[in-house]
Amino acid sequence: MPGSPLVSRRLWISALIVPPLAFVALFVVYPIISAFAYAFFHWNGLARGEFVGFANFYKVLFTQPYADWTVNAFLHNVWVFFALMVLQNGLGFLLAYCLWRELPGAAFHRISVFLPVVLSTIIVGFLWKLFLHPLFGVVNISFRGLGLGGLAQPWLGQDSTALWSLIIANAWHMVGFPTLVFLAGMQRIPGEILDAVRMETESEWTKITKIVWPLVAPSATVVFTLLFVGSFNWFEIPYVMVGLEGSPHGATDVLGLYFYRTAFGNMSGSGQDFGAGSALAVLIFVFIALVAGIITFKLRAREIQI
Amino acid sequence: MKKLVCSTIVALGALATALPAMAQELTFWSWRQEDKAQYEKFIDVFEAKNPGITVKFETFEATNYNTILSTALAGGSGPDLMFTRTYGGMETVASGGYLLALDKTNVPALSTFTAPALASETMRSNKTTYAVPFASQTMLVIYNKDIFDKNGLSEPQSWDDFIKASEKLKAAGVMPFANGTATAWQNEVVVGGLVSSIMGRSFYDDLMAGKADFTDKRYVGALTKLKEITKYFPDGFIGLDYASAQQLFSSGMAGMFVGGSYELANFKKQNPNMKMGIFAAPGLKAEDEKLVALYFDGGYAANAKTKNKEAAVKFLNFLASQEFGQMFANDLNNISAVPGVTFKEPLLGEVADLNKHSIPYLMLVHFRYGEPSGSVLLQSEIQKLLGGKATPEEVGKNLTTGLAAWYAPFKK
Repeated sequence: MPGSPLVSRRLWISALIVPPLAFVALFVVYPIISAFAYAFFHWNGLARGEFVGFANFYKVLFTQPYADWTVNAFLHNVWVFFALMVLQNGLGFLLAYCLWRELPGAAFHRISVFLPVVLSTIIVGFLWKLFLHPLFGVVNISFRGLGLGGLAQPWLGQDSTALWSLIIANAWHMVGFPTLVFLAGMQRIPGEILDAVRMETESEWTKITKIVWPLVAPSATVVFTLLFVGSFNWFEIPYVMVGLEGSPHGATDVLGLYFYRTAFGNMSGSGQDFGAGSALAVLIFVFIALVAGIITFKLRAREIQI
Repeated sequence: MKKLVCSTIVALGALATALPAMAQELTFWSWRQEDKAQYEKFIDVFEAKNPGITVKFETFEATNYNTILSTALAGGSGPDLMFTRTYGGMETVASGGYLLALDKTNVPALSTFTAPALASETMRSNKTTYAVPFASQTMLVIYNKDIFDKNGLSEPQSWDDFIKASEKLKAAGVMPFANGTATAWQNEVVVGGLVSSIMGRSFYDDLMAGKADFTDKRYVGALTKLKEITKYFPDGFIGLDYASAQQLFSSGMAGMFVGGSYELANFKKQNPNMKMGIFAAPGLKAEDEKLVALYFDGGYAANAKTKNKEAAVKFLNFLASQEFGQMFANDLNNISAVPGVTFKEPLLGEVADLNKHSIPYLMLVHFRYGEPSGSVLLQSEIQKLLGGKATPEEVGKNLTTGLAAWYAPFKK
């Protein structure tokens, strides 16, 4: 029955759904599937060669020097994830709690904590690179000014400090995000519960561990999952601050840089290898999808439990 | 009426087939956006002499150039003429059979080019040259003449002189060197620019002959001296990036900069009043041959499937000519690969003189044909050396075993 309200309603709905679906299919699903396909071929530059099965995966996982590079980059990602879990999410939770308790100056701090989040990652990267400049950086100048010249370091040039410098830059940039999510979660806690608690105890510690933390579990699920995905896709800050090679000598190499270098090459060193690069991309994607799935599932189950 | 239509069609058809022969348009791809005006001038000179051929110069972003070019060539829509990279970068394109083979018969001037220049555009497997090399770059030491004069210094003749000069600058409160090694590729630059004379020509010859590898004491000795002289690099130089190092030198805060001849034009632009000089870092003794590290950084090639082969070859002959080489040197301030070119910019003339005593810039020239490339290994190993995480002996050993993955002479 053309023209009936039902048909036109269906038409209307599909007119709304099809464009975004087509968009996602074209720009998200298709590239992912084609990366899967690329990983199974040998590549001569950009010209696709013969089908090689799992050879590219074998290459990046089990042949040297790729195997060492892969493990090195992967372990750095794991390290970054745990470090940011403490520095970014942990600190974010504490900041949110302080803001929620409306300590003096809360309104000002609410804005200043969130302000760096709106800066572009590239700007933050360059900014921190300047802060950490060995000669003119504000960090070293401050140490020298305080008579602690011995603490002045070439932060980005030595393997003991380079990765930490990137982690701190990232935490400074993003700490406002978990803070905001936790704060929103805390503000949703019903007033009656808080009143009831107040009659039982005065201890802030009990309040945090027994009441607030369990009740912001949904917020925790969100920030944990996003941090996991972010840590294993980490690219911009390292790229801007230490370059594609993960200087010095791979001490800051992470999967994002390693994938980019392998797939697209690097003017000052390596050639391009689309096959191995795509294989890495697929491995990273599968790993993130699986673990993020498990994390979400477990944390959701936990939310219901408590 | 019908006859008229027929003859018109025939005439138009004839015209259509004749047209391409009369006016041949060639496309010419490049990654040098910044040189567009100069190239258009060169092309005008060519077109004035070759009526009926027009050349259209098109530029692409440098970092993605090889990707764009290989895609176009693989898809059959490539240009008639193009810039090509050298060494390994050239081979990825040439190995697909996309480039026109060049020799004495189609580009006679090629026989006058030096052997290292031709080698940069010659595929190793079939010994065929695919492009006319355009420029060389030299790794050397650039110094600030005013600072040297003020401190009574002259170009060092021996390694001891070099150390003494650095010591003197340091004592005078001037940074002897501006270099930093946080940017990975700068590590390769300091090796080429500082210790080529110490490793020496005999090491290079033995390495190429398969009689030596990087554990050789001449190479390890060179790295030991490199580590020694970095004492005169800025405080925290391992955390100092390339752009900052350039600024330290161009602002006159440092006496020397170890780098490529391509830095000269840039420094001049940053600080037009600075008087600069250049020298090849000395060997251990004053009588040792002073060597710079040399490589070629690009060439001009024709598409093997071009429809206008004759015109394209004509243009390549123009690009290989003395006339073009001279214009290239004058207008682009680069060391043209064409033999016999003179330089109106005195510093470039000096670079050309230094080039007479050179060894190739090792990793770029000979060890970028496989993964891991020599450049990747060297950059990371030198960072370890300078960060105190490896000894010169370990660096030599790691380079050799790393390259053994694909470099046959090192496979044991």
